[in-house]
Amino acid sequence: MMERPLTQHIVPNREPLSAEEYEKVGGYGAVRKILGGIAPQDVTRMVKDSGLRGRGGAGFPTGLKWGFVPMGDAAPRPKYLAVNGDEMEPGTFKDRVLLEGNPHLLLEGILVVSYATQLDTAFVFLRAEYKLAAARMRQAIGEAYARGWLGKNILGSGFSLDVHVHTSAGRYICGEETGMINSLEGRRAAPRAKPPFPPVVGLWGKPTVTNNVETLCCVPSIVVNGPQWFKNLSRGDDGGTKLYGVSGKVKRPGAWELPMGTTVREILEEHAGGMRDGLSLRGFLPGGASTDFLTDAHLDVKMDFASIEKAGSRLGTGTTIVLDDETCPVGLVLNLTRFFAQESCGWCTPCREGLPWLASILSDLENGQGRASDLKILEEHTRLLGPGNTYCALAPGAMEPIASALKHFREDFERHLRGKRCPWRSAG
Amino acid sequence: MLTEEEKTEIEEHLAALPVRRSGCIDALNVVQRHRRWVSDESVRDIAAFLGMTPDEVDSVATFYSLIFRRPVGRHAILLCDSASCWIMGQENLLDLLEKRLGIGLGQTTEDDRFTLLSVACLGACDRAPALMIDDDLYGPVGAETLDGILERYE
Ligand SMILES: Cc1cc2nc3c(=O)[nH]c(=O)nc-3n(C[C@H](O)[C@H](O)[C@H](O)COP(=O)(O)O)c2cc1C
Ligand code: SF4
Ligand code: FES
Repeated sequence: MMERPLTQHIVPNREPLSAEEYEKVGGYGAVRKILGGIAPQDVTRMVKDSGLRGRGGAGFPTGLKWGFVPMGDAAPRPKYLAVNGDEMEPGTFKDRVLLEGNPHLLLEGILVVSYATQLDTAFVFLRAEYKLAAARMRQAIGEAYARGWLGKNILGSGFSLDVHVHTSAGRYICGEETGMINSLEGRRAAPRAKPPFPPVVGLWGKPTVTNNVETLCCVPSIVVNGPQWFKNLSRGDDGGTKLYGVSGKVKRPGAWELPMGTTVREILEEHAGGMRDGLSLRGFLPGGASTDFLTDAHLDVKMDFASIEKAGSRLGTGTTIVLDDETCPVGLVLNLTRFFAQESCGWCTPCREGLPWLASILSDLENGQGRASDLKILEEHTRLLGPGNTYCALAPGAMEPIASALKHFREDFERHLRGKRCPWRSAG
Repeated sequence: MLTEEEKTEIEEHLAALPVRRSGCIDALNVVQRHRRWVSDESVRDIAAFLGMTPDEVDSVATFYSLIFRRPVGRHAILLCDSASCWIMGQENLLDLLEKRLGIGLGQTTEDDRFTLLSVACLGACDRAPALMIDDDLYGPVGAETLDGILERYE
């Protein structure tokens, strides 16, 4: 049977396991193991060796990040963990599955990273709309304190940890790690200039680890079964399983835990059931709104970081938005660009001024009022707002669907220009 | 004036924070939960309670899209307008909602029952088109299901 370390204890439409039930199926085994006598640095080494890369979008190697945290008696205290459960990237709904489905697994992961980097307090940052997730997380935290998994001197080891839930109040930029840190400090969630990076200078100026919910949910199984076991779960170079998701006009939209490196074709055809009857696939955004479109030429690409990058996109959050032939690509890119324009924090000029302009050009194109020069302006901006010109990755991310749509769906843009209307909308 | 209940709830958040003003968003959320929205007076009260200036609190309040600085109805409808929902017919759902309620986005029904707002991806893209009313998530929502959902909110 296929191993599913992330979702094995999740049953849809059922309450998550209580702490006691979770312990009965082996839960908190990773905590017993490390507090029983594995040195913090060795835990970090296991995670490094496992090939785990961050599931929040950027794919940063998790063990490497933990290794940046200052250790030892001279390290600044307290040290913090900020768990990223903002999940506002359009098309992304995987962390919700984990938060609602098995909050104790996340707590176990939190305990592992907190021990490995010897930190004191963890904040679970949840977007405002995740009400059920927040309620279940708070319930789980209460149970974990009551059963001695959190609080002072856990299992008599001398190690202590407090965990708090923070519920946000809107804005995608809260998911950017330094935006999240500002938000946890009660400020506007504008990103911070880097360096310094959060593992060294983060929350309230102290060392702070930031990790995505799914990333931390991978960690307990690495500790219990070993790095090699985790590596072997994958069909590619990056370790583990991945919670893939598909939305759009497929027969069965949803999320599935599969080996990292499962092909796009298997995910779309076997798990999502293929396209709805009468529709065909034009393209897809493999990892959420801020990744480049791929097309049906890429169906046999493996959904792992390296393979998707080689195909010209990014794995991102691993949740795919499917574009069908009855949906206008220009309209979709307009929708995405409006989102990014609205969610820009406004700190840097290219992003604050550029995105609304691009949205208005795309809107003109979509409404048949485009000008011949528009495609060139769009193209120029994909460079001007690209990597290196802004404080955070929001603007460069916003350029990925535009640049790739101009490449793969150029003819559709030109049809809007020539016909002075959207070919997908009925005339009149 | 903040009520004793509000103050107690805000203090519970502050207990986890090394700096009082870091509880600003928590305080705004607490007040909004009790009063539906955050008035100028509440901004001043929160500022005094946290040792901030009202402008500082307001600069935070106006940054976050789900802190309401204007009155809203008894129930806020948050309609997702992001990519997957748009593909799955969000524009039709918006039309339908506007017709049923007789209001546009950003408006409140005359009987104060609903305020209609758009929101970015609700993380329910597999159930698109999706919307939230108060704390409840619905999707996929279509012409057949919408009326039954609205009826649950008085
Ligand atoms: C605009 C923007 C939004 C982001 N939103 C999220 C998010 O909602 N959740 C998340 O985990 N990471 C998000 N990220 C990525 C984080 O900055 C960060 O890389 C991640 O949380 C680190 O965790 P990981 O290494 O475990 O993936 C976002 C990044 C940007 C630039
Ligand atoms: S790129 Fe955009 S979102 Fe990021 S810091 Fe600059 S203005 Fe803010
Ligand atoms: S796009 Fe609407 S819930 Fe994600």
